[in-house]
Amino acid sequence: MTVNKKSEFLSEAMFDHFLERHTELPKWLVRQKKKSWAEYLDLPAPTRKMESWRFANVRDLGVDGFRLADPVRELDANSLIEQTKSIQQTAGKLVFGNDDILAEEPISAELRSKGVLFEPLQRAFTDHSEILEEFFMAQESALGSEKFTALHTALNRNGTLLFIPKNVEIELPIISHYWAQGQQTAVFPHTLVIARDNSKVTFVDVYRSAEVDAAQLACGVSTVYADPGAKVEYHYIQNWNEDSLSFNRLTTIAQRDANIRAYGLNLGSKHARSEGHTVLDGPGSKAELYSLAVAHANQEIDQRTLQSHNAPNARSDLLFKNALQNESKTIFSGLIKVAEEAQLTDAYQTNRNLLLSPTAEANSLPGLEILANDVRCSHGATTGQIDENELFYLLSRGISKPTAETLLVFGFFEEVLGKMSNDELAEFHRERVHRKFEPA
Amino acid sequence: MNALEVNQLSVSIDGKRILNEFSLSLPKGEVHAIMGPNGTGKSTLAKALAGHESYMVESGTATMDGKNILDLEVDEISREGLFLAFQYPIEIPGVTIANFIRAALNARQPEGEDIDAVAYYKELYAQMERLGIDKKFTSRSVNEGFSGGEKKRCEILQMAMLKPAYCILDETDSGLDIDALKIVADGVNHMRSEDRGILVITHYQRLLNYIVPDRVHILWDGRIVKSGDKSLALEVEERGYDWIKERLTAGVES
Repeated sequence: MTVNKKSEFLSEAMFDHFLERHTELPKWLVRQKKKSWAEYLDLPAPTRKMESWRFANVRDLGVDGFRLADPVRELDANSLIEQTKSIQQTAGKLVFGNDDILAEEPISAELRSKGVLFEPLQRAFTDHSEILEEFFMAQESALGSEKFTALHTALNRNGTLLFIPKNVEIELPIISHYWAQGQQTAVFPHTLVIARDNSKVTFVDVYRSAEVDAAQLACGVSTVYADPGAKVEYHYIQNWNEDSLSFNRLTTIAQRDANIRAYGLNLGSKHARSEGHTVLDGPGSKAELYSLAVAHANQEIDQRTLQSHNAPNARSDLLFKNALQNESKTIFSGLIKVAEEAQLTDAYQTNRNLLLSPTAEANSLPGLEILANDVRCSHGATTGQIDENELFYLLSRGISKPTAETLLVFGFFEEVLGKMSNDELAEFHRERVHRKFEPA
Repeated sequence: MNALEVNQLSVSIDGKRILNEFSLSLPKGEVHAIMGPNGTGKSTLAKALAGHESYMVESGTATMDGKNILDLEVDEISREGLFLAFQYPIEIPGVTIANFIRAALNARQPEGEDIDAVAYYKELYAQMERLGIDKKFTSRSVNEGFSGGEKKRCEILQMAMLKPAYCILDETDSGLDIDALKIVADGVNHMRSEDRGILVITHYQRLLNYIVPDRVHILWDGRIVKSGDKSLALEVEERGYDWIKERLTAGVES
């Protein structure tokens, strides 16, 4: 039985306690954390009047009741490692529990000899401080979560550094699996992917809870840098338990002729806030952004996106699909921003919502802000129900209504799942979605 | 008892009565054809028996081997053994034929049990070969982008896999060229069995050259006005539906 010390709750007094507990953190990082903590305390909590929190149930967003995570006990750690089955064919794997590293499957000696780094941040903060000092939390928040980003910077102490040098191509996916364990536990996962010129990699983040019913706070930040000509595929699978509150901020930056594909899967959390900022910084760069979400019960999945076109001849294509059951709610707010110099931009944004219940609520706020004059841009949003004719057809073959609905949701999702280049990874996404449709 | 029995069935849609005290007995082991001009209730009969909720049953009964099917849900009627081959098969984006048929077969398994995947694919490929459907179709979305002939062959494929006790083929010949028609008819003929009753709904006699029926019924204004053997179909073909109409208005009933 753990005694909850008052000083461990996310209150003003807690931060000193955090620093005492983590003397391993390097000085430069402690300085950054102190600054961020002060910012966190200063910044206002979100209100519904703020454009970036429109439609969100901001009363759900209080974090004071959460506390610093206890280390996962060895017995539990073994069980979590055992449950960390996602995909078999990987080039490397890290398993975290409450922000500590539980297990490591390092990358091959060959990749290491080429200069690839795949390290828990806790080690990398010291061993590769030259990279971290430059890249760790170097991107600003653009979509409203400044306060939670500051909280993340202050209290994060682990995560993943993946660095791929020039011209190195990694075929198999690399994966980091984050577990949160314990009642009122707060975790701060972090991902930093740096793909140098003409490199190639697929990286996967999986977020899960050890318990099905312990309220947890996950406040994560992921950043992907694709340098000229690099090809990066990034997956995040948000599958925290449904009592949890989660924030996730993803920033992807594509330089000249770089190619980024991001796939999000939002299944968990009572309230999930997910922000995705894509920056097309180099001419000829390309970003494809896909997301699937299944919301049920009274879940709220709030997704905000920004496609920033800063360079000419770049292309971005966004497709977010949500399926909603029961009293659940989703918010999609997306903006395409084209700078004056970003001529010949191709930018698209589509949000499709499938309502499986008359009491579910899908909000859609698409937007364009175009300063260049020679561009092709479009945005669109649709919200609809299951097609009666399709349902009748499936039922007429003897398939029960719940199974028929599940099949139709999978059909709806297949437009995204079918685009994944790695079959095992696509199957993993499918398996997680299937589980969500299984009766509890 | 071993029959699909429809007795005095009246069905309306949007308040308009389409089937009017319709009666039919289709015993197992037989193939019956229902012919009739457009708008006489052919498709209504098919959809109403399949349990479509837009079709209001006002009176009458429909039983399969003695079991009332009018109170059952659409999926239950199917699992009881009724199969409807659609006139216009529905496209289901993102759901592959293989997964679709497997889900239908699993729905017939005891709770929590699934069919054997290896045996399933073996049979699926064999049935596809008989119907001239390329193996690649298993991973294609149901009916999406299919030609008319491919859609109809896909209906017969489902029928062959599900092995229903009673089949209703709703204008399966519409939109088929002669080669596709022969393949589909061949597929249906392979399904003829002592354990199965087949009802072929069609506007034209042409299909009945290839699926030779034991009985032919003429549907007019929501009920069967004339029944006979296969020669009735030829007579209708020769003399047209107006011949029936004239007989009816002259007060001649058979």
